[in-house]
Amino acid sequence: MRRYVIKRLAQAVGVLWAAYTVSFLVLDFLPGDPVSAMAGAGMDSGQVDPARIAALRHEYGFDKPVLAQYADHLGRALRGDFGDAVSTGRPVTATLADALPQTLRLTGAALLLAAVLGGGLAVLATYTSRRWLRQLLLSLPPLGVSVPTFWVGLLLVEAFSFRLHWFPAFGNDGLRGLVLPALTLAIPTGAQVAQVLAKSLLTALDQAYVETARAKGAGRWRVHLRHALRNASLPALTVVGLLVGQLIAGSVVVETVFSRDGLGRVTAAAVTAQDIPLVQGVVVFGALIFVSVNLIVDLVYPLLDPRIVVASDRRAGIA
Amino acid sequence: MTRPGRRERRSRPPVPAHPLDENGTDMTTPLLEIRGLSVSYRTRGGTVAAVRGVDLDVFPGQVTAVVGESGSGKSTTAHAVIRLLAAGGMLDAGTIRFGRHDLVTLSEAELRTVRGTGIGLVPQDPTVSLNPVKRIGEQVAEVLRIHGLATRRAAAAEAVAVLDRAGLPDAAVRARQYPHELSGGMRQRALIAVAIAANPRLIIADEPTSALDVTVQRVILDHLQRLTEESDTAILLVTHDLGVAADRAQRLVVMEQGRVVEAGETATVLADPQHAYTRRLLASAPSLTGPSAAARAPITTAPRDASRPEPAESSPPLVEVRHLVKEFRLPRAAGGHRTLRAVDDVGLTLRRGQTLALVGESGSGKSTTARLVLRLTDPTSGQILFDGADVTTAKGAQVRQLRRRAQLIYQNPYASLDPRLSIGEVITEPLRAFGVGDRAARLDRARDLLDRVALPAATLERRPAELSGGQRQRVAIARALALSPDLVVCDEPVSALDVSVQSQVLELLAELQADTGVAYLFISHDLAVVRQIAHQVAVMRAGRVVETGPPADLFAEPRHAYTRELLAAIPGSRLPVPVADTATTS
Repeated sequence: MRRYVIKRLAQAVGVLWAAYTVSFLVLDFLPGDPVSAMAGAGMDSGQVDPARIAALRHEYGFDKPVLAQYADHLGRALRGDFGDAVSTGRPVTATLADALPQTLRLTGAALLLAAVLGGGLAVLATYTSRRWLRQLLLSLPPLGVSVPTFWVGLLLVEAFSFRLHWFPAFGNDGLRGLVLPALTLAIPTGAQVAQVLAKSLLTALDQAYVETARAKGAGRWRVHLRHALRNASLPALTVVGLLVGQLIAGSVVVETVFSRDGLGRVTAAAVTAQDIPLVQGVVVFGALIFVSVNLIVDLVYPLLDPRIVVASDRRAGIA
Repeated sequence: MTRPGRRERRSRPPVPAHPLDENGTDMTTPLLEIRGLSVSYRTRGGTVAAVRGVDLDVFPGQVTAVVGESGSGKSTTAHAVIRLLAAGGMLDAGTIRFGRHDLVTLSEAELRTVRGTGIGLVPQDPTVSLNPVKRIGEQVAEVLRIHGLATRRAAAAEAVAVLDRAGLPDAAVRARQYPHELSGGMRQRALIAVAIAANPRLIIADEPTSALDVTVQRVILDHLQRLTEESDTAILLVTHDLGVAADRAQRLVVMEQGRVVEAGETATVLADPQHAYTRRLLASAPSLTGPSAAARAPITTAPRDASRPEPAESSPPLVEVRHLVKEFRLPRAAGGHRTLRAVDDVGLTLRRGQTLALVGESGSGKSTTARLVLRLTDPTSGQILFDGADVTTAKGAQVRQLRRRAQLIYQNPYASLDPRLSIGEVITEPLRAFGVGDRAARLDRARDLLDRVALPAATLERRPAELSGGQRQRVAIARALALSPDLVVCDEPVSALDVSVQSQVLELLAELQADTGVAYLFISHDLAVVRQIAHQVAVMRAGRVVETGPPADLFAEPRHAYTRELLAAIPGSRLPVPVADTATTS
């Protein structure tokens, strides 16, 4: 078990390094650099002093060869220093740390809503013996996945803010302000959870052990929740791990639509301004969150299914 | 819309029960009385009648066996008793009287009080019938918890006692383990514990030992029988194995196509079968006494005659295996690395045109040995000669050449054919893989092969799902023969098939061998099957070959104690010796 965790941690470090390197290379190949973008933004007249740009380039190290820049940046990134954001001059790490709590609150709430709504939908759809209700419930997830996030956000704002005045349309104020953006983000996520969980619940309910349970005299809820659900939860859990990445990406849209501060807004601004250090910080940070969540998911597997640790050990034994 | 598995007849009050003795010792009144039971399944293609007007009695303290082939409705009948039909199943008519209740008219809630406490179920496949994520003890205790027979703590202790009663060694340890940590036999004991936990008066055992080794089967059946004798429980035993039914049941019910064709005292039915179907079942039951298919097969090429092996003796063997060893590393235990010797110093010789059978129980190393011969896995040490050439460490082109000359037929014809391919594509796939012939030539070959395995040419266009199990196995045989190989490894080729189909497939294999001179390495756990087909038998146990010889000698005078044990465990010692002229093969 400990070896397994160490192996997984090593993999996580590898993923982070790859994320850093790929983002570095991609950003390096893009035309233009942040200095000219910044200089251009700063002076509306279009008259830019070439000497000033050269000085800035030198200051940020853009005049060095790519490899030297890479080694230099990687070395500092390892110490947690991603440099200063070009557009604001503030350290990248501090900028991200400021934006993080808002986004964590948003994505956390969205994930919770997605699990509760999606899981509930899946359990209900597979439990009901009314055919029309099952068909209706099972048709919701594809719908939820296919509608664009920003459109859902606008609809919700229109209905619940402008018409009903239940929740504020934008801003970061408290729990009430969180409801609409979290719901917007949760709808496509929950739909995918529901889709996968419903499918694996139906598969689980078809297994022979379900018949054994029913032959014991177990009621339908007992069979559904105590026998089928735990067996069906593994694929859904895998999907949740993958959806965390989607939630972070989705926060870009949702935070923009609802004018919330957070990682998504920082990302949007950084990309617009071609703020390479900040974009890199966001990419590596996003990868860090993604890798951590999936490591946690993998460590939860054996708790849900006792066969899994044995399988990983056996593989290690033969290899 | 009516719900599947439920009849809308709840308005009718339950009919008053027969005067039944409380202890169920009254042998004249049935404990379970099924009258006019009809069950159908709704499928996309319409409604299919599975059970048509079945009458069946189970008396207290007796074992009643329902025998028949797949599709005869025996399993559906058994499941209809506790109304656990597969999706789309409907009880159309009939009554199922159990004690004071008519189970057909009970509400779902009332029925739940009968399931588990009144009637226990021992399911077919122990490997999938326990919840993989729950501990064994928990699953046994659940029966007691559901019916409020014990508190949580008392139920846990009781579960250990029940597991012990079901014959599971170290019950307290096993109760804390998960299903995957137990062998198939142990899991079936755990399932028996689940069935008997609440002391039901009837146990429905649906093919309880079909998935188990023959020696394990005997122990499990012995135990089930003893338990029921002690507690005066009745058993409704569903089995395809006439031998098992003959050994265990007081009463025999023979089903064919949803109807009961014959029922009565086991001894009477077996001694004097009235119905043609019963006679056919009896005739096709593989036995240790009847004539063998290898000997019965028409012999067209004289030198390959099994009864005269001298000419074959002079030619070099097709496959020769010397001191073969295969070790697997086990997961790390407390004492450091352990290895499992799956194959331990095995030596075998297989001559052209002959059949060498590997017999043994699961885990004996017979499948691993076959995989080594086919070079699907690498040996730890030893030597494999194929047609005189050393292929022990063969790689690349040499292995590919071997693939062309050595083919494989799998156990499960339901899983071994790609459902998306047509039968024509299935059979010509090996030809395409080796680029043999053009499209037309390959199709000709496929037609010819289908003809050889006695399937109509129209089968070419069909998909595996449209064929029966026996037909699928014929397709698998045709595929294996497509490249005219020298060797075909048959891994339990008939164990997934009904007995009458089994004997047909075995005869086909013997015929094809006589025609083409192919050699079979035939893996089986079933000694009766082996006796029909093999020229030589190697009995394996724990990776070693304990005894080899021609089947006639081996079965008449087994030298090794394990061979004797295997022979003794074969059910059906009470079956009458089949008479050759009653055998009607279609």
